[in-house]
Amino acid sequence: MSALPPSLSDWFAAQGWQLHPHQQAMLARAAARSTLLIAPTGGGKTLAGFLPSLAELGAAPKAGLHTLYISPLKALAADIRRNLRRPVEGAGLAIRIEDRTGDTTYTQRRRQRADPPHILLTTPESLALLLSYEDAPRVFAGLQRVVVDEIHALAESKRGDQLMLALARLEALAPGLRRVGLSATVEDPPALARFLAPGTEVLEADPGPDPDIRMLLTEAAPPWAGGGGRYAIPAILDAVRRHRTTLIFHNTRAQAEIFFRDLWLANTDDLPIGIHHGSLSREARERVEQAMTEGRLRAVVCTGTLDLGIDWGDVDLVIQVGAPKNVKRLVQRIGRANHRYNAPSKALLVPANRWEVVECHAALQAVRARALDGEPRGPGPRDVLCQHILATACAGPFEAAALYDEVTSAGPYTGLSRAEFDACLDFAATGGYALRAYDRWQRLMLRDGRWQLRDPRAAAVIRQNLGTIIGTETLKVRLRGRMGGAPLGEVEEGFAATLTQGDTFLIGGEVVRYEGLNELTVEVTRQPGREPKVAVFGGTKFATSTQLSDRILDLLQQDRWPDLPDHTARWLALQREVSALPRPDRLLCESFPHEGREHLCIYGFAGRNAQQTLGLLVTKRMEETGLAPLGFVCTDYATLIWGLEPVLDIGPLFDIAALRAGLETWLAGNAVMKRTFRDVAIIAGLIERQHQGRRKSGRQATFSSDILYDTLRRFDPDHLMLQITRDAAMRGMVDFGRIEERLAAVAGRIELRRLRSVTPLAAPLLLEPGRIPVQGAGRERLAEAAAARLMAAAGLG
Amino acid sequence: MSAYRFTLAGCDLTALPSGGLFWAEAGLLVVSDLHFGKSTRLARRGGALLPPYETRDTLLRLDADLTQTGATEVICLGDSFDDVAAADEMEAADRQALARLLEGRRWTWIAGNHDPAPGGLGGHHAAEHRQGALTFRHIAEPGAVGEVSGHFHPKARLAGQSRPCFLLSPGARLILPAYGCYTGGLFCAAPELAALMGPGALAILTGRVARAIPYAAAAQTSPRASTVGR
Repeated sequence: MSALPPSLSDWFAAQGWQLHPHQQAMLARAAARSTLLIAPTGGGKTLAGFLPSLAELGAAPKAGLHTLYISPLKALAADIRRNLRRPVEGAGLAIRIEDRTGDTTYTQRRRQRADPPHILLTTPESLALLLSYEDAPRVFAGLQRVVVDEIHALAESKRGDQLMLALARLEALAPGLRRVGLSATVEDPPALARFLAPGTEVLEADPGPDPDIRMLLTEAAPPWAGGGGRYAIPAILDAVRRHRTTLIFHNTRAQAEIFFRDLWLANTDDLPIGIHHGSLSREARERVEQAMTEGRLRAVVCTGTLDLGIDWGDVDLVIQVGAPKNVKRLVQRIGRANHRYNAPSKALLVPANRWEVVECHAALQAVRARALDGEPRGPGPRDVLCQHILATACAGPFEAAALYDEVTSAGPYTGLSRAEFDACLDFAATGGYALRAYDRWQRLMLRDGRWQLRDPRAAAVIRQNLGTIIGTETLKVRLRGRMGGAPLGEVEEGFAATLTQGDTFLIGGEVVRYEGLNELTVEVTRQPGREPKVAVFGGTKFATSTQLSDRILDLLQQDRWPDLPDHTARWLALQREVSALPRPDRLLCESFPHEGREHLCIYGFAGRNAQQTLGLLVTKRMEETGLAPLGFVCTDYATLIWGLEPVLDIGPLFDIAALRAGLETWLAGNAVMKRTFRDVAIIAGLIERQHQGRRKSGRQATFSSDILYDTLRRFDPDHLMLQITRDAAMRGMVDFGRIEERLAAVAGRIELRRLRSVTPLAAPLLLEPGRIPVQGAGRERLAEAAAARLMAAAGLG
Repeated sequence: MSAYRFTLAGCDLTALPSGGLFWAEAGLLVVSDLHFGKSTRLARRGGALLPPYETRDTLLRLDADLTQTGATEVICLGDSFDDVAAADEMEAADRQALARLLEGRRWTWIAGNHDPAPGGLGGHHAAEHRQGALTFRHIAEPGAVGEVSGHFHPKARLAGQSRPCFLLSPGARLILPAYGCYTGGLFCAAPELAALMGPGALAILTGRVARAIPYAAAAQTSPRASTVGR
């Protein structure tokens, strides 16, 4: 076992700190090649990850990079730096600790490559960038340990795949490198261990006491639809008053913004409350983090950016506004309260609408039963591999066989065949097109048995495109002023395009007025007291897990609902009276006219993504049968379709053979596939991310990815990008598996109820945002009518 | 009828849903901004290797329009090639396909800003071309009468969808949408386009059906700044 430097042990003793058993165990296993530590929030797992490094670096550390720490969040890296410096400085150790993220200045990044610190704290994207430079072998040659924090969160997205490829690269540059993964409670620890590295040992800390978690009961009933939880503000303020520090989580940034503003209006005691989310400017985020660390805030309204291990110390209450969608995430989130080991965390759930009352209730049952949910991880995606190959070429020439061996040593890619690898390499080198080759203008050339960039200048473009996070295009928002004004944050470009001068919107909790676009900046002025037109950003939408959906369906089968608030129980009872409640063993559909349009509501309970696919598939069948669908909207439980003709016979729409046969052709043309393709194409390097400096207002710098998609489908339908898109869509956005499961479970028992008007369960869907248009005959009919009206109005008819 | 018929300087013209313009009386098909060889040019500059099929796609659509209209004469309004080198590097198969389209037709290449003088593909070249009451040129000129041009790749939005469009300023001019496959666009509200549109102007949207709406209405619903695609 490695011993801590005496001065550090003394410092711990002076603070009255004692190492937890799992922290001791990490020291004892310091020599293990790969370890996964699973510990609840507040268990000091980050320190546990660093202890072996501090022991090895000791009082007189050698120059050079010893430990690389990777976190999913920039804020987390900065926070860990602060927290780690305290004991290191307190013990007088000469260990240099620095962070490096997208927010780090250019000069500092250059210096870090020339003279790396002992411990470097970074993100997967910044690591990928570091590895793409020619000097990576020198920078990482002496690296001893890698600590991956919050690995459970990274494993949920392509960022995790990218990171594991980077670790394989690091291992080649620094043979003998040891890995540590730090994770919150997960449902399948061995799977996460295999993800980190083959042969990883799992160390599980004591999970701690059950959380104290309840639904927040309010006098006002939650609204019928939408999110936000505005109705609960008086009760939430009350809870904030009775606790030291409260984190108020929202599922999306827009909801956090609206809520924060309404909270301020109701905050008559002037409690110090801040807001924190990923669309705010760095300055704004840092101010809140600083105030939080200093204990100056009573509450922070936040999103997933505060989901992960930032140690705020004093948080004694977590409020989750909106249904948690996933029990595991909820458990991890409520662990943020009472960041002390072995103390129960305290949390309140605030359902944002009636549906969510039911879902929150089901989630509470699951938390109490310690029943975590999770879907198994698929194999490593190949678009990430394509990017990795290009990035590797930026660092220098490589041999295909050696890179293949390296890639297949990464957990997610152990099953990758040589042929699959070669197809990715061919894509990176030549574009991988079947009918025509770019022989003169390849991106990578084979010279003397090694692959390299044809034009070394291409490296800059490839580096700019690194990373697997695909956001929508955003524009910076600034106050109008002579020196450019203070930055407030960012808005989506699509949103900015809808603004006209004088429009008001919310950002950073304040109402601003749109004044105009100046180059690529949205200029605004402050408009306190005005009603905002809208809040701005979309947010990640997670699908409700299968387990949670099943629990909800079971709940609906009860005769009465004494555990649910009265308003919700009455709502469900009314639905049973007017129509019927959805059942696990059958698929309920309702058909009714409403405000001049025909509607069809399908209660599939398959999660948002699968419900969306169902919407696309069923509207396609409706289009074929002349029902002229116009659009649909979905939630995690249901899909609501509207159109020009009533649905009176449901059978033909749900013929599973026809649905599946239609799947391929349908997959081809729909918006979800195009969106998936765009993400895949950007990650794989087929499309360049748009960079602020290169866009000009008004003129389109590039054509849309939809054109590339259509072109590939027409001329090269088996192209690698389309294969990857299909795979990704089937697993992620399309989620066809869950539709098949559900249809298998109902075994043909599909029930259509024709009603005279909208039903209690369907009504909230009419208010849902996120409507998806169907481009078909119905819309042509409307476009024709609209054009005729406009011409007539102009006297041109 | 999926095409849109109108009159410009006394000539009866038809805007095709594909973005081509047909003058039946003259047997003339006009297309603009084909941008052949765009993917090759991007690759040559070290950028992404896009699906190299845009030239083929554009040629197939052009072939279909020629067959459908039976046109005996073609005018390409400039930016037919993404740059001069693109004309030299055109694939043999595409070159042959293009040659087949030229065969037996009077073919005029108007010079564009991307392709001042591409050579070796048959047809004849001109800075601009007059025929009857119409003048064909790449970029619209202020004060013109009976002018047909391209260059701007105009687009408009109708019922929530953005599509390439013709812009018609009665008597004065018609601006064609880009016919090429990998082409971006400029929303029709842009000041440089607004300055070229007089009273009673129309936007004729392409798509399944060529559909006209008042320019003023199109400009109102189209964002002034966007990177939305075709």
